[in-house]
Amino acid sequence: MIDVLYFAWVRERIGVPRERIETSAATVMELITELKAREERYDWAFGDLASLRVAVDQELSSFEASLAGVRELAFFPPMTGG
Amino acid sequence: MQVSVQAEPFDLGALTNAFAARVAGAGAVVTFTGLVRDNGGALAAMEIEHYPGMTEKAIAAMVDEAKTRWSLVDALVVHRYGRLAGGEAIMMVATAARHRADAFAAAEFLMDYLKSRAPFWKKELSADGAEWVAARDEDEAALKRW
Repeated sequence: MIDVLYFAWVRERIGVPRERIETSAATVMELITELKAREERYDWAFGDLASLRVAVDQELSSFEASLAGVRELAFFPPMTGG
Repeated sequence: MQVSVQAEPFDLGALTNAFAARVAGAGAVVTFTGLVRDNGGALAAMEIEHYPGMTEKAIAAMVDEAKTRWSLVDALVVHRYGRLAGGEAIMMVATAARHRADAFAAAEFLMDYLKSRAPFWKKELSADGAEWVAARDEDEAALKRW
């Protein structure tokens, strides 16, 4: 089980700020592919990977990152702080 | 290092004075403050969302990195989240160093990184509706100079 968090418009498209997901996906990309096939709202949120960022256990990471031992994932658009 | 991610407004003068008073050995303090642009009165409010836990860690890592690059006595970062009105202060950075070049450079470095690498997202609310602020290519490009 992985805690998956969503922020900004990714959260709005998926409809929840966080959820626990049971998955056997080995990488972030595999999980994205799995979710997109699962429901349309995921397909909408993850449609354009160029405008998506991922944090693995609260560290900015890549879509190729392994999910082995990961507790928390977060998906969000490019950050706009400052 | 002082990092605060908060909903409440902050007192720029009081924070700057307290910071300057405790940075023993410093000869320069640089501060930067970011305000909510009101877009000529069109902005009703700005909503800022962040990633509790990651935000504090990411900012602390930026300050640590700044300390390895420049001779800093100390640094302070305050960033707000929640609903803000036009003209309100969103965030501030203060850096203290023996000499001003280090303080200026570190403050700019921290600003560039806060823009694109601290997990905050801004949404502008106006009479036309609500819109997420898109990240700007120039902000991403600004990171390359470091």
